[in-house]
Amino acid sequence: MTYNHRARRALYFCAPEPTKTMDLQIALLLGQDGIVNGAIYALLALALVLVFAVTRVIFIPQGEFVAYGALTLAAFQAGKVPGTIWLLLGAGVLVALIDATIAVRGGGLRRLPRIALVNLVLPGIIAGLVFWLEPGKLPMLAQIILALAVVVPLGPMIYRLAFQPLAEATVLVLLIVSVAVHLALVGLGLLFFGAEGSRTTAFSEASFQLGTLTVNGQTLWVLGASAVLIVALALFFGRTLYGKALRATAINRVGARLMGISTTMAGKLSFTLAALIGAFSGILIAPITTIYYDTGFLIGLKGFVGAIIAGLVSYPLAAAGAILVGLLESFSSFWASAYKEVIVFTLIIPVLVWRSLTAHHVEEEE
Amino acid sequence: MSNILDIRDLCVSYGKVEALHHINLKVAAGRIVTVIGPNGAGKTTMLSAVMGLLPSKGEIEFMGEVQRAIEVEHLVAMGMTLVPEKRELFGEMSVEDNLLLGAFQRYRSGERDQAQTMEEVFRTFPRLRERRVQLAGTLSGGERQMLAVGRALMARPRLLMLDEPSLGLAPLIVREIFHIIADLKKTGVAILLVEQNARAALQIADYGYVLETGSIALEGDSRQLADDPRVVETYLGLGGRQKTA
Repeated sequence: MTYNHRARRALYFCAPEPTKTMDLQIALLLGQDGIVNGAIYALLALALVLVFAVTRVIFIPQGEFVAYGALTLAAFQAGKVPGTIWLLLGAGVLVALIDATIAVRGGGLRRLPRIALVNLVLPGIIAGLVFWLEPGKLPMLAQIILALAVVVPLGPMIYRLAFQPLAEATVLVLLIVSVAVHLALVGLGLLFFGAEGSRTTAFSEASFQLGTLTVNGQTLWVLGASAVLIVALALFFGRTLYGKALRATAINRVGARLMGISTTMAGKLSFTLAALIGAFSGILIAPITTIYYDTGFLIGLKGFVGAIIAGLVSYPLAAAGAILVGLLESFSSFWASAYKEVIVFTLIIPVLVWRSLTAHHVEEEE
Repeated sequence: MSNILDIRDLCVSYGKVEALHHINLKVAAGRIVTVIGPNGAGKTTMLSAVMGLLPSKGEIEFMGEVQRAIEVEHLVAMGMTLVPEKRELFGEMSVEDNLLLGAFQRYRSGERDQAQTMEEVFRTFPRLRERRVQLAGTLSGGERQMLAVGRALMARPRLLMLDEPSLGLAPLIVREIFHIIADLKKTGVAILLVEQNARAALQIADYGYVLETGSIALEGDSRQLADDPRVVETYLGLGGRQKTA
C-alpha cells in the first residue's frame, strides 16, 4: 500500500537509521496516520458487515469501489472522461434488457417505465452531465457528487447482474461469485484508468499545529467525514423504516419476506450503501495517497480484517477492529516496514482462534 | 358471499415426492376457515405454497384475481398475510419495531396511518403495549404469538393465515389466543386457521377441512365436522377422553 509513504518519509527524517527510537512526536505521527487509515478501514468494515448481514455475500469487490471513486474524481480533475461512465451505461443497458425480458414474460408490463427510468434514463443523464459540464472546472463539492453519481449506481446493478439470480445460494457460492466480480472489476479498472496511479487535489490546504504535531486539513476531513457517515448510517438503521427493514432482513429473512420486504430490494439497497461508502472512502483518501486501479483490494482487505474481528456481525466492533488494524499497520511500518502487511494480516489468525473458541452458535429464533 | 381465497387443484412437490395432491379450498369473506389434520399432513406446506414461499401447480385466486407468477411481496401488498408456525419475529428488535415492519408494504405504497393501526393492535393485545420497548426475543411464548399476530394485523390484511397458533403454548394462553382470533372475525378479516388442536379450531371456525397425507379427506361446516364420527374418533376422541379423565 502506498499511502503511508508520507508517514514513512517523515519517519526517515526524524528517526536516523539504524537504531530507530520511538519518541512522543513519532508516536503521535504514527497514531495520526493509523487513525486516519483506520477510519477508512472502519467505513469499509461497516459496509462489509452490512452486505454480509443482509445478503450473505462476502463483498470482495468493496475495494474496487474505493479505487473507482478516487480514480473517477481524478479523471475529472485531469480533464478526462472516466471509463466508469461506459461501465455505468453498459451495465444499465444489460440490467434493463434482463428486467424487461422478465417483466414481459411475466405479464408485468407496468414495470417497464420504471425499469427504463432507473437503468437507462438516469445513467444517460449522469453521462450527459459528465460530457457537457467539464467536471474538472466545477467546484470540489460538485465534482465529488458527480463522481459518486457515476460510481454508486454500479452497486445495485452489480447486485442485479451477479448476485440476485443466486440469492438463495450458499455462502461459498456467493463468495466465489464475489471473487469473480472482484477480478472483473480490477481488470476493467486497468482498462479504464491505465496502470499509473493518480492523486486528487486536497479538500483544503490548511494545516494546524497541535502541540508538536502538525495536523493537515485532509486528515481532519477524513476523520470528520467518516464520523458523519457513521452517525448517518446509525440514524438510517435506527430511525428509518427502510433501515429497519434491512436489519430485519439480516435478522430473519423469511420473516422479512412475509412483511413484504423483498430480498431483492434489501440486496440492492445494501449494495447501494456499500458502493456509496466505498466510493466516498476512495474520494476521501485520494488526496493523501496515490490510488492505482488495484489499490482498492488491499484497502478493502484491511477493512475485512476489521470486520472479521467483529465476526461480520457487530457494527461498533467492526469499526473498533478497523481502527486497531490502522494503528497496527502504522506502528509496524515504523518497526518493521517490510513486514507491515504481513503483521496486519497475521492479526487475523489469533482473532479467528479467539472467535472460534468463544463463539457460541446462534440458533435460529425458536 | 364472495370468496377471498379460492384454491383449485393445488399440487406441491418436494423433488419427486408430491406432498399435496389436488387441493381445493375456499375462504369466504369475513369467515374463519380451519384446516385440521395430523402432523405431516401437509398443512404448513399448503400455507407456504399459497403465500408463494414454495413453488406449486394449480390455480390460486386471491381477491378475485388469479395469481400467475406468485410473489410474496405482491400478495402482501394485496392483503394476504401469514403468521408462520415459527413466528419468524425479529428477535433483536423492539416490539414496536416489529409491529412497524408489519406495515412495511403499506408504508411503501404511501400509507402513513401506522400509529393508528398500532393503537388498534395494542387494543387487541394490551400486553404488547406494556412490552413495546422490549426486544422481541425476550418475550414469553404467548407474547411472541401475540406479537406475530399483531405484526400481521399491522398490514391491515384481507386474509389472515395462521399456522398452528397454539403450538407450544400453555392451555390458558391457547384459550386467550383463540378468543382473540374469534374476535378478529368481527373486524371483517377472513381467517384461514391451520391447527392440530382440532377441538379449539372447530369451536371458533365456520367451516373446516380435514387434511390427511396431502389430500382433503373431509370438509364441511365446523359444527357438522365436530359431530362427524370419523373426526371425533381421530381428532377429538383422545381429547374427549382426556377431558373425562
